[in-house]
Amino acid sequence: MRIAVCVKQVPDPETPPSQFKIDEAALAVVSPPGVPPVVNGFDLNAVEAALRVRETLAGQEVEITVLSVGTGFVMDVMKRPLSMGADRLVLVDDPSLAALDAVATVKVLAAAIRHTGPFDIVMCGRQASDWDQATVPLGLAEALDLPCVTLARSVQVQDSSVTVERVIVDGHQVIEAQLPALITFSNELGEPRYPNLRGIMAASRKTPETLTLEDLEITASDLEPALKLTRLFVPESGQECEFIEGEDDADAGRRLAVRLREAKLI
Amino acid sequence: MPGILIVGELNDGAPSPVTGQLIAAARKAYPDVTVAVAFLGDDLSFGDAALGALPVDDVYLLEHPRLADGDAGVFDAPVAALAALCREIDPETVLIGRTDFGAAVGPRLAFRLGAAVAQDCVDLAVNPETGRLAVTRPVYGGGAMAVFEFGGASTQVVLVRPGAFESSVTDGGSARVQKFDTESVISEPRARLVDSVSEPRAGVRLEDAEVVVSGGRGLGGPEPFQQLEELASLLSGAVGASRAACDAGWMDHSFQVGLTGKSISPRLYITVGISGASQHMAGCSSARNIVAINKDGEANIFKEARYGVVGDWQKILPAFIATVRDL
Repeated sequence: MRIAVCVKQVPDPETPPSQFKIDEAALAVVSPPGVPPVVNGFDLNAVEAALRVRETLAGQEVEITVLSVGTGFVMDVMKRPLSMGADRLVLVDDPSLAALDAVATVKVLAAAIRHTGPFDIVMCGRQASDWDQATVPLGLAEALDLPCVTLARSVQVQDSSVTVERVIVDGHQVIEAQLPALITFSNELGEPRYPNLRGIMAASRKTPETLTLEDLEITASDLEPALKLTRLFVPESGQECEFIEGEDDADAGRRLAVRLREAKLI
Repeated sequence: MPGILIVGELNDGAPSPVTGQLIAAARKAYPDVTVAVAFLGDDLSFGDAALGALPVDDVYLLEHPRLADGDAGVFDAPVAALAALCREIDPETVLIGRTDFGAAVGPRLAFRLGAAVAQDCVDLAVNPETGRLAVTRPVYGGGAMAVFEFGGASTQVVLVRPGAFESSVTDGGSARVQKFDTESVISEPRARLVDSVSEPRAGVRLEDAEVVVSGGRGLGGPEPFQQLEELASLLSGAVGASRAACDAGWMDHSFQVGLTGKSISPRLYITVGISGASQHMAGCSSARNIVAINKDGEANIFKEARYGVVGDWQKILPAFIATVRDL
């Protein structure tokens, strides 16, 4: 069995909002100095799901290939899926891939998957924490003509199908899909494992495989955005906080209750 | 030929609130363009009178056994049926609500049509200079807003955030209602819904609660949530949690408030030990009064809060609860 997991390098979403800065002229987020990027959290959920599938199929050979499209990759960051236990890392790295829209991303990623595949399952995170589009995996399913199940919290693989628990607002659905299929994962799957020392050592010995746009027969005109970013800004909340103080913390707690009662909120 | 096609959704045989919001969004962006709404289902024979009264120009009914419940969880049949309708009537813009259905169907429809797509839009307007549609959407977990302009693709698909527009549906329209044949376009399923399990919780639903009390990473473990439960029950409210608290296993994910959890709009939202990461704030931006208890006075939550206490929640909260009980 061969599993592809698509991942994206994103600015750390845990960056404190006080350090979150936008260059409005450049239409870009300015990474604060000293805060490295991370692999998108939901994508690590997908990596974790792939590793769990491999564990439940003990005795079968399961190869996990991690793919990413972008530029300016920080290798220590991008190797995290390898240190968790993935087998291969394939990077499509080109300066023209810095700010793709969803349509162009799908073109490159689909070409990379065709080039590296075939795969039985393509796994993705539900959305990336930078642009929050939740669009690329669905486009990829269309481009690769795969059945698609979104928002998985667990997956079980049978001979020629997968059974997926899909998160909905007040419960879950059980979906069975034929293989090959594409599945997107949400954080309800559970926390991705921490790499152990053995994994980190194994990852340090691996060299990512790189693909160029030429390898994939993609030209610059294929990457023209269908959707053009024209403005990026931080919205103002306009809210003034009234800080309640007291003689000590407990007193402040009591005064808060009194203040909320005065304001008729409780 | 309609300029706008709205993908409608039905609740118990009536257009859903989101459908009304989409009609409002279409009218705002394009005051003078024809608007059509498509409804999908296994049997829409009730629909002529009920749906023909919508204030739009055309209503298309797409019927097929596999369109029952919107082909929930699988969504293959609606994508195929809507793609066939779009090829037939060639709308300039397709509007879909970013519901569970729309979030899966919208992007797939766009890619099947070779159309441009914008997700989770909270505003849309035609740029008077270019004549092209511009959409506004939250990005970076709600930490920033972005405006995108479509580049003039032949079709554009826009997913609209539920609640972003106020419904303007009035009865008394006289839309042309017509069936659109889907028989030949829906192919053999490659996935199927095996089961649908609701996991109901006791007490007030988070989404409906007038008061919500949420805890985050700052609580340090699952036990303190008992105090939040106590406070919530005193205020007839519901308990929520940040994603960090859910991912740590302190609370089930069904309690999660945030961009990828539940969206809440209480009158009073009390947060304890929540720093207010933008991805959390995206789930409570409609809360009217936020109260924050946090040890870090610089935490983002205080930028959004109306009342705040900076200090140790372990001392603040018991005194707060005791006073609430006595008041």
